[in-house]
Amino acid sequence: MSSLVLLHTRYQFLEHLRVPIAIVASVFFPTVAMLAFVVPFAGDHPLAATVGTASMTMFAVMSSSLMGLGIGVADDRGKPWDPYLRTLPAGPFPRFAGRMLTSLAITLIAVVPVVLVAALLTEATATPLQLLLGLGALLVGALPFMMLGLLVGYSLPAKAAVAVSQVLFFPIAIGGGLLGNPLDPPAFIGAIAPYLPSRGAMELVWAATTDLPATPLALVMLAVWTIVAGAAAVWAYRRDEGRRFQ
Amino acid sequence: MTTLARTVEVSKRYGEVNALDGVSLEIEAGRLVGLLGPNGAGKSTLVNLFVGLRKPTKGLVELLGGNPSDPRVRQGIGVTPQETGLPEALKVGEIVDFVSSHFPKKLDKWELLDRFGLRDLARRQVGGLSGGQKRRLAVALAFAGRPRIVFLDEPTTGLDVEARRALWEGIRAFHAEGGTVVLTSHYLEEVEALAERVVVIGRGKVLADDTIQAVRGMVGVRRVSLSVAELPELPGVVSAERVEGRHHLLTPDSDRLVLDLVASGVAFADLEISPATLEDAFLAITSKETVDV
Repeated sequence: MSSLVLLHTRYQFLEHLRVPIAIVASVFFPTVAMLAFVVPFAGDHPLAATVGTASMTMFAVMSSSLMGLGIGVADDRGKPWDPYLRTLPAGPFPRFAGRMLTSLAITLIAVVPVVLVAALLTEATATPLQLLLGLGALLVGALPFMMLGLLVGYSLPAKAAVAVSQVLFFPIAIGGGLLGNPLDPPAFIGAIAPYLPSRGAMELVWAATTDLPATPLALVMLAVWTIVAGAAAVWAYRRDEGRRFQ
Repeated sequence: MTTLARTVEVSKRYGEVNALDGVSLEIEAGRLVGLLGPNGAGKSTLVNLFVGLRKPTKGLVELLGGNPSDPRVRQGIGVTPQETGLPEALKVGEIVDFVSSHFPKKLDKWELLDRFGLRDLARRQVGGLSGGQKRRLAVALAFAGRPRIVFLDEPTTGLDVEARRALWEGIRAFHAEGGTVVLTSHYLEEVEALAERVVVIGRGKVLADDTIQAVRGMVGVRRVSLSVAELPELPGVVSAERVEGRHHLLTPDSDRLVLDLVASGVAFADLEISPATLEDAFLAITSKETVDV
């Protein structure tokens, strides 16, 4: 079974590499936001630069998980290749797992230029251990967004999935304080941010890479989002299976 | 003879629509069976049940002695994807590798590509192939895992004559080595060129299950249209209808009908003879059934 998961991951990743627009978008926006906001406004201050970098990596994670999976899954479901794969002796799991791993791989690619910009153009600092912990925090923080992406992808047709994943993406990103000064947010954002998964995920990355502590409320809400979105994704997946393959 | 696939009293409902209604069918090893029927007759639903894409509402579907929804059972089958769905960014050779890797006894890649004339295209991306080349690749994929039985859904619809013959050769070669083939088509010609046994499906039921010769007799009818004041009694007419003063007759032997018509001495005008559509032929078969009952 694990060799089939690897097989599906390899070919899905290969497809992404051949039509790299999704990867380019995932890499482009966080890097540009990093250059436009973090470098000029927080670049000289080690803590602010590190925190800003963490925000931008989370931005990359959200984009490739929520938008990438949401749009990708909905698009695949609409193509006749999908039912064909169901006739191969594999069952639906390897393809499903392949999607998750491909999405994670794209996330990692998108994070690299953000970290490079931070290292070369700002005062942001992190030890190798902190970098590694930060990476782990990113992967945990990616979970609720992957689940939301799967929920969108399995419950909507492709065109609606594009719109809905964007409608979800920007309020969650902005509301979580990803695009402003995360240490001193406007009152409104400060009030709602802890209840959004983007803030909890971001604090997890801070805790891994700086001395800032993560707040319990934001972490609990991150867990709640992960569980609720995960349950909703499983529901959408089952409903889709039931509609198309009964 | 071993039975490789069978249905017993299978029905499939989609909401209010009865796609299949009490179909019992056995596919024996080594046979080349054609499922013939107009669009919407239930052919594709039947194939989807056999390959595990759908579950029956009622009845039993058995594949290679097991349940088609079990992936291990499906190691012994081959299916053709719709060529419009092939991943455009991948290369021909890569898609073959990907599909083959699912099967324990895969066919050698180059042997498969050669068999379907795809060797020179192995390094090309699928998005750059012509419709006929994509179709060849799609059919080839059904044979990638050395299947015991393949299911081909409309394998050559819309292809030019040369491409069609090349594909037919590939299918015949597999059959000659003892492989079992189930193919669906709404072209009598295609089923005629390949199949030994023909199962005619219409409105979710098996209308006929016989040799190609016998079925040809049933569905190989022609439509004779003419304007005539009063139609004489003519032998060999399967069905007759009158639309706006013109009579449309379905018959298996249009030559005989015209001779009889001339011999009857009535004055007629605007005689036209055309091959009947399969839909016409099925109407003829179903109406005959109702008369028989």
